Amino acid sequence: MTERLFEGADWDFHILQRITDACEEVATKDLGLDVYPNQIEVITAEQMLDAYSSVGMPLFYKHWSFGKQFAYHEASYRKGLMGLAYEIVINSSPCISYLMEENTATMQTLVIAHAAFGHNHFFKNNYLFKQWTDADGILDYLDFAKKYVMSCEERYGRVEVERTLDAAHALMSHGIDRYPGKKKLDLREEEKRAGRRRQHEEEVFNDLWRTVPKGASKTRSAISLERRRKLLGLPQENLLYFLEKSAPRLAPWQRELLRIVRHIAQYFYPQSQTKVMNEGTATYVHYRIMTKLHQQGRISDGNFLEFLQSHTNVVFQPEFDDQRFSGFNPYALGFAMMQDIERIVTNPADEDREWFPDIAGKNDVMGVLRDVWANYRDESFIAQFLSPKLMRHLRMFHLHDDPEERAGIRVDAIHDDRGFRRVRRELARQHDVGYIDANIEVVDVDLSGDRRLILHHHVIKGSQLNETDAKRVLQHLADLWTYDVALIEVDGNDKVLREYVVSPRPIPVAA
Amino acid sequence: MPIHIIDRRLNPGGKSLENRQRFLRRAKSLVQGAVKKTSQERDIKDVLEGGEVTIPLDGMHEPRFRRDGGTRDMVLPGNKKFIEGDYLQRSGQGSAKDSGPGEGDSEDAFRFVLSRDEFVDLFLDDLELPDLAKRKIAHTESEGIQRAGYTTSGSPANISVSRTVRLALARRIALKRPRKDEIEELEAAIAACTDEDERVVLLAQLEKLKAKIKRIPFIDPLDIRYRRFETVPKPVAQAVMFCLMDVSGSMSEHMKDLAKRFYMLLYVFLKRRYKHVEIVFIRHTDRAEEVDEQTFFYGPASGGTLVSSALQAMHEIVRERFNPSDWNIYAAQASDGDNSYSDGELTGMLLTDKILPICQFFAYLEVGESGGSAFDLSDSSLWTLYERLRNSGEPLSMRKVSERSEIFPVFHDLFQRRETAQEKTAP
Repeated sequence: MTERLFEGADWDFHILQRITDACEEVATKDLGLDVYPNQIEVITAEQMLDAYSSVGMPLFYKHWSFGKQFAYHEASYRKGLMGLAYEIVINSSPCISYLMEENTATMQTLVIAHAAFGHNHFFKNNYLFKQWTDADGILDYLDFAKKYVMSCEERYGRVEVERTLDAAHALMSHGIDRYPGKKKLDLREEEKRAGRRRQHEEEVFNDLWRTVPKGASKTRSAISLERRRKLLGLPQENLLYFLEKSAPRLAPWQRELLRIVRHIAQYFYPQSQTKVMNEGTATYVHYRIMTKLHQQGRISDGNFLEFLQSHTNVVFQPEFDDQRFSGFNPYALGFAMMQDIERIVTNPADEDREWFPDIAGKNDVMGVLRDVWANYRDESFIAQFLSPKLMRHLRMFHLHDDPEERAGIRVDAIHDDRGFRRVRRELARQHDVGYIDANIEVVDVDLSGDRRLILHHHVIKGSQLNETDAKRVLQHLADLWTYDVALIEVDGNDKVLREYVVSPRPIPVAA
Repeated sequence: MPIHIIDRRLNPGGKSLENRQRFLRRAKSLVQGAVKKTSQERDIKDVLEGGEVTIPLDGMHEPRFRRDGGTRDMVLPGNKKFIEGDYLQRSGQGSAKDSGPGEGDSEDAFRFVLSRDEFVDLFLDDLELPDLAKRKIAHTESEGIQRAGYTTSGSPANISVSRTVRLALARRIALKRPRKDEIEELEAAIAACTDEDERVVLLAQLEKLKAKIKRIPFIDPLDIRYRRFETVPKPVAQAVMFCLMDVSGSMSEHMKDLAKRFYMLLYVFLKRRYKHVEIVFIRHTDRAEEVDEQTFFYGPASGGTLVSSALQAMHEIVRERFNPSDWNIYAAQASDGDNSYSDGELTGMLLTDKILPICQFFAYLEVGESGGSAFDLSDSSLWTLYERLRNSGEPLSMRKVSERSEIFPVFHDLFQRRETAQEKTAP
């Protein structure tokens, strides 16, 4: 029997090292995980709160909204309304995991297995993260962003910078490229580029150009709609990108700020699409590692029971009529699906062979799972791998709530043969960001006229924008665009449902 | 694969402090309103303790495009009895779970905890001490140490290694001290040399270099530099606060309580402006004495009322202990307004000639019984006297208070920023 990793609840840094080594052994040898180098940092509750308010990142530019977050979290934490997470893990290379100092030795083992190996593997291998994030560059880029924002505050004043950032934050959810572009994002290059651009501006600055008389501007009213759209890259769903490139009166530093906010939004884009998978992977990995360590005798029975207790808390899924219910718990759903895949691969029923001919009975659990982890996101993962057995087990059903329907909310499908596919499709759709985020695009600019910016919101299933918020966001948008902005909500038949027009606030514009 | 385990617990905390301050600055007017409201409900002892405040979220709202309404589809776990095609009543279990958790209540109000310092800051933010110009530098309080370049002599503990080595390097280069590799090269050349004559020449050269090395030391006492420190006097502003109170029989507990509240506010306020604040308590009936705080507020006393005695006592204490050129002097007097008629003239004279010229600020607080309507009938003798002095241009501040809740507004009123006064004189 192997030596125990620790006894009781206490740990020190020597023990942490042993735990990490043991986890790594299981993770690489038994599970075949491929991870970024790990960096494990032990922090206090206060530091955890700090991290919460800067979206979990170790460094971030300064903005009042993070202070608001902090005040909010602090208040609810002090009142005992909220517990703190056991860990935070950052998609960077090296992969940084924060561990709370209050955790017992068992919890530290769980957390290391969960974050430093589960999440870490997912970050490194999932196609979305590979496509959209640059783990090597993110910390340097955030450092650059922080310094850049600071230097802007020095040069142009805090109020101006804050105004730009406020506006950019309001549009953050629509500052994302949803389709992969031609080249991979390289944040280090990004940072150098910004420096070069500034330097170039300083070098070629010549005040004389300002005094050169301009000829009568050519009227190009004859520009066709098609050509104009092409010039401006329309339609464009990335509003921040559009403003950065085409807003007529923004100062270069403002464009750079928009760019920073946009890059950061993009960095978090994969995380919002892979909550179920990401947590499912990490939970499955920590479960496997902990079980293995227990089998090897490295964790005592008592500590293993402690682990099982927190584990079951994490993967608890209340039913819909339970007071605690607040939607599907991504940990529960993800873990259940991973275990279900394991079952299908090793011990399939006839039903599974019919539904999952590719993986049923393949016997290489980790091979299948690693492939799944690498190539799916929540929506496609659920659409592909949610099995009838799991739907029956969780007793899933689909409700259709049409406000027009007087009789009430219809039960559209339940966990039976007729309903499996419909329930699954609907659940997948619930995890599809394409459906979650409002579909808003820039469709046209009236360049020859009053330069009004025209946006369309394609309304799905009659769900229109919240009026107060929409007006506020549009106000920010108009302030950046500096001319009128119109948002038109259209339904599937191009019927106009509602039109907003907002004019920019009169502010001193940096010319 | 190397794994780094780092202990961050000792890192300086408060990383979010800056963001927090920005948030408070932005929400300032809202938070300030909340602070004042909170402080009115509190006891004076913990009025400045900090704690939870609630502000409306409007204005601190961060808008996003979000949708509501329309047809909704949801997949839920835990079906027990539904089959396809069932209809559920809307008001019942079906609608209990629609809106996202926490969205609703975070919308209208925002609660958070302020620290003590933040609370005091906001509480006193728009207040200003009158006549701040008269700050004096105290002679004793402290002397700071400050770096002042380098010196050629000093204690070994203060040797500046980098500076010393730099100078030594410069000297060695200037005097062409041979470097180690030069000698090694030469030795190698000697070892490789076959020609006897050349060897002799090289050996001589080596000797010469070695001698030179001996002559020119690596570090010479000349090179050594010490960090030099200088003591500089640090300006320390100090203030003394005189609390004068009538403790004659006519002063009730309620009135004393009012006075106490006022003094406490004044103390907190001065404490924030001056590093060093002393308090002198003078109570008086028909004669005055300097007492400690406990006796001041709670000690029994009775007798007639002679305000001039207190002023006289204050004047003497100032003369003995608090030189007006070294101290900022503040005085606050609380009384129910009674004064012996014959004393009026003396009081007026003492004030105008001796007290007011040396004071930064003199406040008179007339306290009354709860309900306080008697005030409006006629002004007390002291009030009439002070009013006359004020009208003749003396810098006196005076207010009447009869309810606890009025203390803060009155205080606030007395110390609010004086821009308005300047504006008046300007045109």
